[in-house]
Amino acid sequence: MAEKSFVGEIIRGIIKDNPVFVLVLGLCPTLAVTTSFANGLGMSLAFAFVMLGSNIFVSAIRKITPPGVRIPVFLLIICTFVTMVDMLLEAYLPPMYEALGIFVPLIVVNCIVIGRAEAYANRNPVLPSIADAIGISIGYMLVLLLIGSIRELFGTGKLQLVMLMSGVEGIKFYNIGNPLTIPIDPAVMMITPPGAFLTIGTLMLLFKIIGDRKRMRQLRKEGVEL
Amino acid sequence: MMDIVTPGYMPHEALFPIVVDAMFTKNFLLVMFLGLCSFVGLTTNSETSKGMSMAVTFVMTMSAILTWPIFYYLLKPNHLMFLQTICFILVIASFVQLVEFIIHRYSPPLYRSLGIYLPLISTNCAVLGVVLLNVKEDFSYGASIVYAFGAGLGYSWVMLATAAVREKLIMRGVDLFNGFIGAFFAAMMMALIVVSYFSVVKL
Repeated sequence: MAEKSFVGEIIRGIIKDNPVFVLVLGLCPTLAVTTSFANGLGMSLAFAFVMLGSNIFVSAIRKITPPGVRIPVFLLIICTFVTMVDMLLEAYLPPMYEALGIFVPLIVVNCIVIGRAEAYANRNPVLPSIADAIGISIGYMLVLLLIGSIRELFGTGKLQLVMLMSGVEGIKFYNIGNPLTIPIDPAVMMITPPGAFLTIGTLMLLFKIIGDRKRMRQLRKEGVEL
Repeated sequence: MMDIVTPGYMPHEALFPIVVDAMFTKNFLLVMFLGLCSFVGLTTNSETSKGMSMAVTFVMTMSAILTWPIFYYLLKPNHLMFLQTICFILVIASFVQLVEFIIHRYSPPLYRSLGIYLPLISTNCAVLGVVLLNVKEDFSYGASIVYAFGAGLGYSWVMLATAAVREKLIMRGVDLFNGFIGAFFAAMMMALIVVSYFSVVKL
């Protein structure tokens, strides 16, 4: 393969290989825990930890992994990191652990992590694999934060940004600034399950329309009669 | 005889509400958001969604049967609960592999209709989800099996209904809503029904 830059790999993971909107993988946590901005952030940080660990290890042992049993090997590696993040969350961020529920252990069967291990880390050296993991994690985080923000904003009428920081009360999620409010009656449906389907369906429809427009313009520029 | 040491034993455990819960109120696809990858990928036509639903229901029930004793007689007495994820995933994956070998060898027709979906299932979050929830909810052995079976049925009806909607969309030529976008909107409407109707009717 040709020279691939570290930054280029990261950007590819965010846009061209966006895990949710392009690859349509890892939908379960995307819809289940995005009832608020904070939950989306917590989930994507846990995901990023597992993704990075799994990609590094899978790629480091790729030459000694027998092809026949590679999936169980991947699963064991991923499982180790998931158990770690599960215990870390339980110990240091109990509210977030409660909010995410069984979706932390379920990162094991998140198709994105296994998919990247199989399609990328197993075939590439460690450094590009790290870039890939970072890119995919950022792409995933952006999607979770987008959906979480939309649902929180319309479901409760206000949006509170948070950030994981170490401060006076130790390491936890601290609020940033004042909540953003909109003058509407909150639609409770947006934070219930149908709201999740509505949000992701609408977003995908939007991206599809934009993509179609772009393709049409491209075709017209090339002089294709439509 | 009342067995006090049986873990998660509830004297008046009502099984019917558990089934209704698993099928509707806490439907795996619509409310709990488990197994959505297969939901998007395999509802393109009713044949595939039928095969996948059958396979998932079977594997879910069998995993509940297999993992409950492992958790309560092996992991819990030895305080190895932190190993539950790794243990369950290994049990499910090896069970699925075994079933695949067996039906491949003994029943080629069944393999053609069911077997091709089996490899997809070991990494289906609905299956791991049901066994994790069984442990989390402290279900007894019977209740956990019933819950898993109900969850499988709930998964099946949503898969079949969505496949029907998507086939109809293609037939009518509704271009914009083809593919998974249609699946999401169909799921939204079914979720609305499930969430709002069954939260009003108290069982």
